[in-house]
Amino acid sequence: MGSRSSHAARIPDVDSIRRETGFSQASLLRLYHRFRALDWNEKGYLSRVDLQQIGALAVNPLGDRIIDSFFPDGSLHLDFPGFVRVLARFRPVDDEDNGNRDPKEPEPLNSRMNKLRFAFQLYDLDRDGKISRQEMLQVLRLMVGVQVTEEQLESIADRTVQEADEDGDGAVSFLEFAKSLEKMNIEQKMSIRILK
Amino acid sequence: MLRAALPLLGLPLAGAGATEEPTQEPGSPGEPPPGLALFRWQWHEVEAPYLVALWILVASLAKIVFHLSRKVTSLVPESCLLILLGLVLGGIVLAVAKKAEYQLEPGTFFLFLLPPIVLDSGYFMPSRLFFDNLGAILTYAVVGTLWNAFTTGAALWGLQQAGLVAPRVQAGLLDFLLFGSLISAVDPVAVLAVFEEVHVNETLFIIVFGESLLNDAVTVVLYKVCNSFVEMGSANVQATDYLKGVASLFVVSLGGAAVGLVFAFLLALTTRFTKRVRIIEPLLVFLLAYAAYLTAEMASLSAILAVTMCGLGCKKYVEANISHKSRTAVKYTMKTLASCAETIIFMLLGISAVDSSKWAWDSGLVLGTLFFILFFRALGVVLQTWVLNQFRLVPLDKIDQVVMSYGGLRGAVAFALVILLDRTKIPAKDYFVATTIVVVFFTVIVQGLTIKPLVKWLKVKRSEHHKPTLNQELHEHTFDHILAAVEDVVGHHGYHYWRDRWEQFDKKYLSQLLMRRSAYRIRDQIWDVYYRLNIRDAISFVDQGGHVLSSTGLTLPSMPSRNSVAETSVTNLLRESGSGACLDLQVIDTVRSGRDREDAVMHHLLCGGLYKPRYRKDGMANTEATNGKPPRDLGFQDTAAVILTVESEEEEDSDSSETEKEDDEGIIFVARATSEVLQEGKVSGSLEVCPSPRIIPPSPTCAEKELPWKSGQGDLAVYVSSETTKIVPVDMQTGWNQSISSLESLASPPCTQAPAMTRLPPRSLVTEEPQAPLNLPSDLRPSFAFPPSLAKAGRSHSESSADIPQQQELQPLMGHEDHTHLSPGTANSHWCIQFNRGGRL
Repeated sequence: MGSRSSHAARIPDVDSIRRETGFSQASLLRLYHRFRALDWNEKGYLSRVDLQQIGALAVNPLGDRIIDSFFPDGSLHLDFPGFVRVLARFRPVDDEDNGNRDPKEPEPLNSRMNKLRFAFQLYDLDRDGKISRQEMLQVLRLMVGVQVTEEQLESIADRTVQEADEDGDGAVSFLEFAKSLEKMNIEQKMSIRILK
Repeated sequence: MLRAALPLLGLPLAGAGATEEPTQEPGSPGEPPPGLALFRWQWHEVEAPYLVALWILVASLAKIVFHLSRKVTSLVPESCLLILLGLVLGGIVLAVAKKAEYQLEPGTFFLFLLPPIVLDSGYFMPSRLFFDNLGAILTYAVVGTLWNAFTTGAALWGLQQAGLVAPRVQAGLLDFLLFGSLISAVDPVAVLAVFEEVHVNETLFIIVFGESLLNDAVTVVLYKVCNSFVEMGSANVQATDYLKGVASLFVVSLGGAAVGLVFAFLLALTTRFTKRVRIIEPLLVFLLAYAAYLTAEMASLSAILAVTMCGLGCKKYVEANISHKSRTAVKYTMKTLASCAETIIFMLLGISAVDSSKWAWDSGLVLGTLFFILFFRALGVVLQTWVLNQFRLVPLDKIDQVVMSYGGLRGAVAFALVILLDRTKIPAKDYFVATTIVVVFFTVIVQGLTIKPLVKWLKVKRSEHHKPTLNQELHEHTFDHILAAVEDVVGHHGYHYWRDRWEQFDKKYLSQLLMRRSAYRIRDQIWDVYYRLNIRDAISFVDQGGHVLSSTGLTLPSMPSRNSVAETSVTNLLRESGSGACLDLQVIDTVRSGRDREDAVMHHLLCGGLYKPRYRKDGMANTEATNGKPPRDLGFQDTAAVILTVESEEEEDSDSSETEKEDDEGIIFVARATSEVLQEGKVSGSLEVCPSPRIIPPSPTCAEKELPWKSGQGDLAVYVSSETTKIVPVDMQTGWNQSISSLESLASPPCTQAPAMTRLPPRSLVTEEPQAPLNLPSDLRPSFAFPPSLAKAGRSHSESSADIPQQQELQPLMGHEDHTHLSPGTANSHWCIQFNRGGRL
């Protein structure tokens, strides 16, 4: 692996990727290695199967959904910039990100809202911008242990939706979703330290 | 401490001749034995426990008095007040007895006073937060304590070499290192006492507090190693001894932790089997935790670490296993014991300081120590934080560091350790004692007093308490899974990865082993939050008066929609079923007052909206286990009739187990017919119908399956019920069940078997409604004729699923008023009134 590329310069479009994601050179290099390792038959892109082969993902209750979020809009190929772009959401928030940022520039990928959006789209399967009761139920079914019955799950789902639902449409919009988590330190909770 | 409080507390008793050494013969020894004494003082027989009780009483009263004034306690930490009170009391004792009494004795402290505090803090430690910050906590606890001990000891020795400490303090480098090791450890009791009132943010608190707990291992090792080095004499210390010292650090800490975990395992395993002896559950928790402490102490491992790990490790499983009441009992007993011990420790610390015979003052040593512990603590924190921040996701900022440095309080552990020193080996002991007392007093009083304003002034992020919400809980789990997945994708096996692994291991093996099956749900955190929110709603609802009918606009945050459905449906039923279509409800409507109606509605609301899920689960489990015992309701309806004696026994059996289950679930109101109702039931029983309606918490899964059978029987009998329901706390349920089942066994040939009825309206309507389709009774009639065995078989899954269409057919048969208000799908689950015959009398 190391012999294949040991230098960041080997990464295609390294500068634009860095600008977009804010990753450090070292992190990018590390991710590039990882990308190449996952792409075991050297296609130059990753397919769903490549990610599904990561053992622990298979047992992760949200594993499939997370893999799906690497393949937006039904695409089948994941190239390196796309790979990094998804992971960039989990970059810790630096002081610089909040400080001297040009307001005209788009929000960095690791902003609070983008982190939340990533989580939100895991719930919102039909992409209608709302977590319906049914979608909530599906997530709960994945997360809550088997020992809870379906009816119980339904009542939990009901209550969860109700709790967050402010406009009374029986579903949780993204804003309501963000509001329900406003007290939580998302920047901290949705960051991975090594992804500087 | 246990010895003679007579001078102080025994003053009123002086007339009985109680002196310092209690006389062997109470009363006057000179007189001849007076035969039968009418009045005898037996002070010396009760002396020790009496004094302990008195001291605890004094401490508690002091606490009450302090808290009479909110102003004082908001400014001055309780620990300061207690120390000052101790000083005053000590002064009084000294003045009266002419010698110091009731000191904080190391034995008492380590064996009795410290364990409850540590257990309390370990058991209620927010484990997630603790493990999230484990790296930092361990660093400060191990590196920080070592650093403090060595730098302080060495600096003091340097001070002595520089001639700033009076030469009469005879101590070498090793003595100073020993002193440094005991004075350097941050004290859990002091930290807890002060920080609990300050309310800094959780991360900061857990770091300082976790450090104070975990550094015990380091302190113990350092203290023991230095102590034995001093006793051996520095000349005889070999290189291997240093190695042994380092090794013993691992032995003591890891050994202590291991002892704690073993006992945690035992404790969890034991509580798994306490189902029938709920009453000893709280005791088990304390016993095994204390056993962990004593075992570790016996093996000279870190006892504090053992208890901490025991509490931390067992909590999840124990909480799931023991009953709700036991949980409350454990919580309050633990808090009471801890607070009691803490109070006594600080008070005795104050008293002990008065004893000047142990003192030897040296200004250089005292001032030097004070300066060095503050300085090196700050320096150590800054250096370690700098290193840690390279690895931390959320760096600790400067303000955090200030609070951490300043929050390094010393306390009773240091004092007890210094008292334990051997004067023959360490000639400077008296100086060390005095210095320790000053340091403890300084940190507890001065730093304790100033830390609150400091925190305010520095604008340290405070902890904010907010209610848990389901959303937060759910999303937090989502985040955990996301992060674990991302770590997988990135190929970095970090914290999230291992936590995920651990949770899977726990789910697969540990929980299976350590939790009783019925307790599974509690350990699911999302479920747990849901459950607790429901409980809270129910309680607040009841607290608010709980008048359902009067508060039409009532919306519980939990399930407004359900409430409204349940409410409208029930009230409407009550109102409209007066037509005679539904005799049961008619009776309720006409005979009973509004109060009863409210009770009934309230019950439906509570059981339908709030408690339903748990009972469903029970019902489900029961149905699944049909081949074993029939569920209670089934037992009443179709088994009791045929094999009366046997089955009724079984009913009782299943009843009791059911009750136990329910007992597990906290406050549950179960609507039951009252005994007065039973009387009426007798009257109506002469109609060959035995309707003693029992509204039990719904278990729709089985109840729904029951429906066809019930309705089948229902058309055979006219149900006249003159009962109302009352809401009876679950405690009284057993009694009720027993009376019911005894009635049951007296009763009735099969034809009078009144079915357990899930749904009131359908049955009555089937019976009464003229427009009911004719095919329905004919459909259902045969089912009634089934022998019990077949009827039982009907409860199997395959058939019950076949029943569902039938049941749906029944739906339209409900009265229109019912139908309009209960949507078919939800109605079942909302309120299921289960009717049971009262027995033919």
